[in-house]
Amino acid sequence: MEQVIGLIVGLFFGFLLQKGEVLRFERQVGFMLLNDMTIIKFMMSAVLVGMVGIYACNAIGLISLSIKATNVAAIVVGGLLFGIGWAIAGYCPGTSVGALAEGRIHAFWAILGMLTGAALYAEAYPLMKQTLLVWGNFGKLTLPQVFVLSPWLVIITFIIIGLALFAWFEKKGI
Amino acid sequence: MNLSLFSSNWNPYLAGALVGILAVLSVVVTTLLIDKPKYLGASTSFVRASGLVEQSVSPEHVSENTYFQKTKIKIDWQMMFVVGIFGGAFLASQLGRSAKMETVPPIWEKRFGASPVRRAVGAFIGGVILLFGARLAGGCPSGHGLSGNMQLAVSGLLALVFFMAGGILAAHLIYGKGGK
Repeated sequence: MEQVIGLIVGLFFGFLLQKGEVLRFERQVGFMLLNDMTIIKFMMSAVLVGMVGIYACNAIGLISLSIKATNVAAIVVGGLLFGIGWAIAGYCPGTSVGALAEGRIHAFWAILGMLTGAALYAEAYPLMKQTLLVWGNFGKLTLPQVFVLSPWLVIITFIIIGLALFAWFEKKGI
Repeated sequence: MNLSLFSSNWNPYLAGALVGILAVLSVVVTTLLIDKPKYLGASTSFVRASGLVEQSVSPEHVSENTYFQKTKIKIDWQMMFVVGIFGGAFLASQLGRSAKMETVPPIWEKRFGASPVRRAVGAFIGGVILLFGARLAGGCPSGHGLSGNMQLAVSGLLALVFFMAGGILAAHLIYGKGGK
């Protein structure tokens, strides 16, 4: 059951990633060179719609949140490493698989690299657990908790910032 | 706005908004049916897949590794989600006739030439670095970027900022400003 739902959600997700043209190396590196905001338009639209839905469903007790730990050192170092690798590969983990499906054969080598990177991380994990993963770990935190604000105020702020950014992208034609 | 299954592309705002709805539906349906909220994510599946491969070579080594013990090697929701991405993207590109064989992308070719071997080596090295980074950070643009930010998680916003900072800096250094 669990696997069947995963497959179905993945099918829809892959379909939308492809139709939105965000699977392409040119779009991903185009964003990093600040020439093409397609992937940001796609991602921010998803996040803005998603935050309204998640907090609405959470408010009525339909679902629960699943927040990842705020381990600052690991996120900063890991995030920067991710960015460097992302610029070279031109894909992130989710998009690499979809890119291969739309004919971008070179994504295969990126996927092979990711599997190797995962194996290397498993070897490095005991060391990380004693160092980067415990440095500056503030646990599970949300923005409404940190700023002591209603989540809806935070969501409205994000929506205003998002719409302003979208208007700017369209004006600049990027 | 053309939302036909046969059109080659959809408006990115609209396709993104539909992903937002899909992400919420996924959490609601998994909560109701399997009593576990499943938020979108992808990078853990690469750990599980590499564990499956390693297991066939050296099962003792894998069973002793603390990360594999913590992550538990299994074909789960997320692994099938990643398989689904392949299927969905394949279907969309076939229906819209937008699939394209590509061994070297144009921006890469401008900087490093048309050699598919050089591109393969680059893609591999990039893949190694990015997945190591994603696991250290605790997620990728799906798990942190989409799911984390939808939940207004501090970790999600922090990760996304550093993914982008690293990517923008590295891309400018690697491809130069004129990568367009």
